[in-house]
Amino acid sequence: MVDAATSRDRERWQRAWDTAAAVTDPEIPVLTIDDLGVLREVMLGDDGRVEVAITPTYSGCPAMNMIAVEIALALECAGFPDATVRTVLSPAWTTDWMSEAGRRKLSDYGIAPPLPSSSRRALFGVQQVGCPQCGSTDTELLSEFGSTSCKALWRCKACREPFDYFKCH
Amino acid sequence: MATPSITVTETPLVLYALRRADDALILGHRLSEWCGYAPMLEEDMALSNIALDLIGQARALYAYAAHVEGRDNDEDKLAYLRDVRQYRNLLLVERPNGDFAQTIARQFFYSAFADLYWRSMMRSADPTLAAVAARSEKESAYHLRHASEWIVRLGDGTDESHARAQAAIDDLWAFTGEMFTVDDTERGLIDAGVAVDPATLIPKWTDTVSDLMREATLKLPENAWMQQGGRDGRHSEHLGHLLSELQYMQRSFPGASW
Repeated sequence: MVDAATSRDRERWQRAWDTAAAVTDPEIPVLTIDDLGVLREVMLGDDGRVEVAITPTYSGCPAMNMIAVEIALALECAGFPDATVRTVLSPAWTTDWMSEAGRRKLSDYGIAPPLPSSSRRALFGVQQVGCPQCGSTDTELLSEFGSTSCKALWRCKACREPFDYFKCH
Repeated sequence: MATPSITVTETPLVLYALRRADDALILGHRLSEWCGYAPMLEEDMALSNIALDLIGQARALYAYAAHVEGRDNDEDKLAYLRDVRQYRNLLLVERPNGDFAQTIARQFFYSAFADLYWRSMMRSADPTLAAVAARSEKESAYHLRHASEWIVRLGDGTDESHARAQAAIDDLWAFTGEMFTVDDTERGLIDAGVAVDPATLIPKWTDTVSDLMREATLKLPENAWMQQGGRDGRHSEHLGHLLSELQYMQRSFPGASW
C-alpha cells in the first residue's frame, strides 16, 4: 500500500520533471532539454524545493545560462518557487544523448541530426550527412563552423539547398 | 576609482587550473579580436566559434579554481581583477594576431598541443579536470583540424601565402617550448595523477607538427632556444594592452552587468 504522502510526492516530482523537461533550447526551439539530453536529474527536497541538474553541451554555448533561467522560471510558474539549477560536468555531454524523437524533430526542422556516434572517427572520418530537405546523401561541407557553436554549414548537391548540420560532440 | 586587483592563494591545484584557464581565456580573447575583420564570413564565424569554445573552457576552469581556493573569488573576479603579473598563461597565446597566417600558426601550435593534452587529461585523478577535459578534447580536435587545413592551404598556396605562413612559423616557434615545461608545483600534481606530464606529449606533438609542415611545404626553424616566463607571470608587453581592453569595464564600473 502506498501512503498518501508518498504518492503526493511522486506526483509532485513527476510534475516538476515534466515542467523542466518541456523547456526548449533558445537557439533550436523545436528541441526540449530532455530531447537534447541536457536535463539529467530533478530532485524534490524535504522542504519542497526543487533542484535540477543539467549538463552543459559545448563549452562556449551561450544558451546554457538562458536555459537555467528558463527552467527556474517554468518551475516558478508551475508552483515550485526558488528552484535551483545545478551544472554537472561529469560525465560530459555527448550528442549520443540526444533522443530519437529529438533527432526526428531536428531533421523536420531542417537541421541534419548528429551522426549517431561521437567517436573520434565520426569527428574526423568520412561523413555522410543526409540532406534534411530531400534526403540525398550527395552533400558537401561548406564551413566547419555555422550559426551556433553546435552546427556546421553543409550544402546538398542534389537539391542545392544549404543546411545546418548538428555536429558530433 | 578603478577597482583594485584581487589576491589569489595559489595552492598547486589552484595555480594549475588558473594557468590552463588563462591560456584559454587569452587565446579566446585574441581570436575574438577578429570578429568582424576576418578575411571572409566563414572565417569570421570559425574564429568566433573557436573563441567561444575557449572562453567556455576558461569559465569552467576559473570556476573550479575559485571553488578549490575556497575564498570569495569567482570566475569573473579571476578573469577581470588580476593584473598582468598575476596572469599565468603561455606567452604563445598572448602573441598579437598579426596577419591571418600568424593567427593560424599560433592556433595550430596551440591546438596540436591542446588536442593531446586534453585527451590525456581525461584520465586525470581529479574528476572535475577530467570532465573539463572530456569536453575540451573534442573541441580541440575540431580546432586542430580547422587550423591544419589552413596551414596547408597557406603553405602550399601562392608565393605570398607561403612566405607569410613561413614567417609566422619562424616567429612563433620559440614560444612553443613553454607548453611542455614543468615546475616543482606541477611535479607534485603529476606524481599524484592529477596532471599530465607534458613531456610525454612531445613525440606525438612533434610528429603532428612535422607531418603537417611537410604537407604544407613549410620548414620548422632549427633553433632550439625557447622563450618562457608566462607561467610565472613574466609576460610580453602585449598582455597588458590586451587586459586593458578585456578588463576596462569591470575596473571602471565595478560589478557592471547587463
